Order: sequence, then C-alpha cells, then structure tokens
Amino acid sequence: MEENILTVEHLRKEYEGNVILDDVNLSVKRGEVVVIIGPSGCGKSTLLRCINALENIQSGTIRLQDEVIEAGAKNLAKIREKIGMVFQNYELFPHLTVIENILLAPVKVQKREKKEVREEAVKLLERVGLKDKAESYPRQLSGGQKQRVAIVRALCMNPEILLFDEVTAALDPEMVREVLDVMLELARQKRTMVIVTHEMQFAQAVADRVLFIDEGKIMEQGTPEELLQHPKTERTKQFLNIFHYEK
Amino acid sequence: MPDLGLEVLLKGSNIMRLLAGLWVALRISLISVAGSIPIGIILGTLMTGRNIVLKAILKIYLEFIRIMPQLVLLFIVFFGSTRMFGWQPTGEVSAVIVFTLWGAAEMSDLVRGALISIPLHQYESSEALGLSKTQTYWYIIIPQTLRRLIPLSINLITRMIKTTSLILMIGVVEIMKVAQQIIEANRRSSPTAAFGVYLVVFLLYFLACWPISLLAKYLERKWR
Ligand SMILES: Nc1ncnc2c1ncn2[C@@H]1O[C@H](COP(=O)(O)OP(=O)(O)O)[C@@H](O)[C@H]1O
Ligand SMILES: [Mg+2]
Repeated sequence: MEENILTVEHLRKEYEGNVILDDVNLSVKRGEVVVIIGPSGCGKSTLLRCINALENIQSGTIRLQDEVIEAGAKNLAKIREKIGMVFQNYELFPHLTVIENILLAPVKVQKREKKEVREEAVKLLERVGLKDKAESYPRQLSGGQKQRVAIVRALCMNPEILLFDEVTAALDPEMVREVLDVMLELARQKRTMVIVTHEMQFAQAVADRVLFIDEGKIMEQGTPEELLQHPKTERTKQFLNIFHYEK
Repeated sequence: MPDLGLEVLLKGSNIMRLLAGLWVALRISLISVAGSIPIGIILGTLMTGRNIVLKAILKIYLEFIRIMPQLVLLFIVFFGSTRMFGWQPTGEVSAVIVFTLWGAAEMSDLVRGALISIPLHQYESSEALGLSKTQTYWYIIIPQTLRRLIPLSINLITRMIKTTSLILMIGVVEIMKVAQQIIEANRRSSPTAAFGVYLVVFLLYFLACWPISLLAKYLERKWR
C-alpha cells in the first residue's frame, strides 16, 4: 500500500519578502512517520502551519490525498478535519472541560452523535492515563497532561494525518516522557504522522524517515540510521553535534 | 455615646426618603448600564477592527469622556441642550445620557481589552480543528470574552452608582440631596445631625455596592 496521504510540491513561503521556505518537496505515505529536525527559526513550524493552511503560501501546492489545501479554500474546514494538529503551547480551550474540549469539533463540525464520540473519547483518555481528568479544566492539569489531552482531541476527529509541532518543548523534563510515549504508541498503531522535535533519541525510535531542514530548505533526508548516525552534509553534522556531550 | 443626631432619621418619613433617594441613584445607574453594554460591545468590537479612521474617532471619544470630569459633562448636557437643541431634558434624563455616554466609552475599552486578550492561538487551534469562523467566535472567542468582561462591567456599575452622588448638582433629588435636605430642615433642633445622616448615607451606598462587587470577585475567581 503506497498511497500518498500528504504531498508538498515546490512550496515557497515568504514573510514580507523574506523567504522562509524555499522549494520544499515532501510526500508522506499512509502509516509513515516523518520526523523533521533543524535549528530554531529554520521554518519547521511554518511548514506545518502551511500544511494546515494557517499560512498562505506564495507558490507550490500542498495536497491531502487528492484535495488541494489552500488558505481561503471553500472546503478548507472539511480538509482540516482530516488533519490533526498539536502545537507547542498546549492550546486547549480554557473555558471548556477536558471532555468538552475533545467533543467540540466531532460534535459541532463532524455532526457526530455526542454519546458515541464521548465513549470513544473516554477510551482514548483511558489509554493516555487521563480518564479521571475528563471533567477537569485545563488549568487544573500539568503541561504533560494538557498535551496528552490535545493529542486525544486531535485523534477524536479520526484524522488521516497528525502534525506535531515540538509538543514537548515547553514541558518540564519529567513530563516529556509521558507525552512521547503516547506518540510512540500512535506510531505502533501505524498512524500517519509528521513530527517536529528536538528529542533526537525519540526521533531515532519513532521515525521511518528523518528530514533535516536548514534555512528553509530540506538539506538532507533518510532513515534515522542514515541521517542521525551517518549524516552526509557538514551542516547536518554540525547541527547534530549540538546534542552530543562528551567529556 | 456622642450625639450623632440619628433621631432626625426617625422623624416623619425621613428613612423612606433616603431609601427613595438611593433608588433614584440605582435606577439611573442601572438604566445607563443597560444602555452602555450593547453600545460598548459594538464600539469595542469596532475598535479591534481594521478601519483606522473609525478607530481614531472612537479613541478620541474615549479619551474625551475620560478626561472630562463627569460633572462638566452633566452641566454641558443639562444646561447646554436647550441652547443647542432647543430641548430641556430633566435632570434625571441628563444624568442617564451622560452616564450612558460614559459607560459606553468605558465599556468599549473593556470589550476591546477582553477581545485582544484572547491569544491568537485560540483562534488557530479552533480553526485547525475544522471550526468555521462563525463557530470559532460562537464556541471559543465569545464565551471567553464574556467571562473576562462580566466581572469588569460589574465593577463599572459600582463606579456609576458612586458617581451618581454628583447629580444633585443638576437638581436631581437622589440620596445625597435628600440627606442635605434632612440636615437643613433640622438645623435648629439637631445641629449635629450632619455626621449621623452622612454615616447612614455611607452605609446605604455600601450596602448597595458591596454585594455587587462581591459578585464580581466571585465570578472573576470562578472564571479565572
Ligand atoms: N508571523 C511571522 N511574521 C514574520 N516572520 C515570521 C512569522 N512567523 C515566523 N516568522 C519567521 O519565519 C522563520 C521560521 O520560523 P518558524 O517556522 O517558527 O521556525 P522554527 O519552527 O523552525 O523554529 C523565522 O525566521 C521567523 O522569524
Ligand atoms: Mg517552531
């Protein structure tokens, strides 16, 4: 089964004349986990935001299966239902409880039966260890718990693809693990995912393919083994060196 | 116990007159607040919009109302309306006009503040979930805005109630005016009544405003 879920072709993105992403090409197959690494400010978040049409693009095309994703497109909401996104700063809705946060989109956007979604949501909450938090408000949760809820909220839309933007970057170290474990579990279930992260060991464990982006370009890509252990370009080596500590 | 002259309050219907005066003050505040809220919401929403000219005009309006002492505004409307529009509003109507203009200006600033305090990522994560613009406003932005707004607008009500103490200057017989009348009428028999009467006025204002500000505090904590 070699179906492409996501196809990005010749993507170019500028902010006020500054080129942020330059001729980015990327395709993600069903069940594939693609990890994106790269220095801060290289355009990783922007790429994910373009994929979800939170940004308009200057040229190129982005497609989810056969549908073109464009800011302002009529069927945009329909396409976005199929893209689950989890951001760096737990973007839960503070005035809704955990379960209300999760049910909102499936019930109001997908018009699904509340009871049925609730059952599904509770099952998912249980799997991430948060069943007893269903009626809590986001402010009552730790950062790691909020991110797990955000992941469940995205999952409950039954998306074709999940985008994760440095979801552990704002967490205290002891909470990073619980969130990464959830993502590893999703990878085992063969979910299609694009993950931006600075956790190299996690990348090694979860990725089918790793992309190194620098200055808005994909500089190098390969299996985790190839890219993380035996990088080819000087830039990639330099970047990976930041994560090495030797005496 | 020092003689506070409290016995003057028991004379005739003095207590009832004070309460009626308080009611005048409350009535003016409540009508003005009821008018301020919808106008303030509209103006505040426009203030977050893109029209620069409109924003400038609203900003000038807000600053003008804030800089002018309320008493001056009351005089302008009460004494100036005949001259400008050939229409003499009663003191109470003038007060409602001024308090509504003032309340709408303050309210618009609160609404603007509440709207811009909703972080951009709230809009984005809502849209990322596939909610339309309208759904985003209805389910995410408006409820959060209202939660921030309601405690603040309750505080505005108590500020208004307190400021009604100025309207005796345009001939409205509210609680302060009644207090003065009672003191005047008993100048001979209880020359020291002023302190006691104003103490009672103080207590009545307090009883009117305290529960309101408790409610505001409670809502603020509940919706933090
Ligand atoms: N709204 C914006 N306006 C202008 N420049 C922006 C905006 N958002 C991001 N950028 C710029 O785009 C570049 C890429 O940012 P980003 O995608 O957030 O990087 P990363 O996620 O890889 O750290 C940065 O140089 C950043 O300054
Ligand atoms: Mg980023």
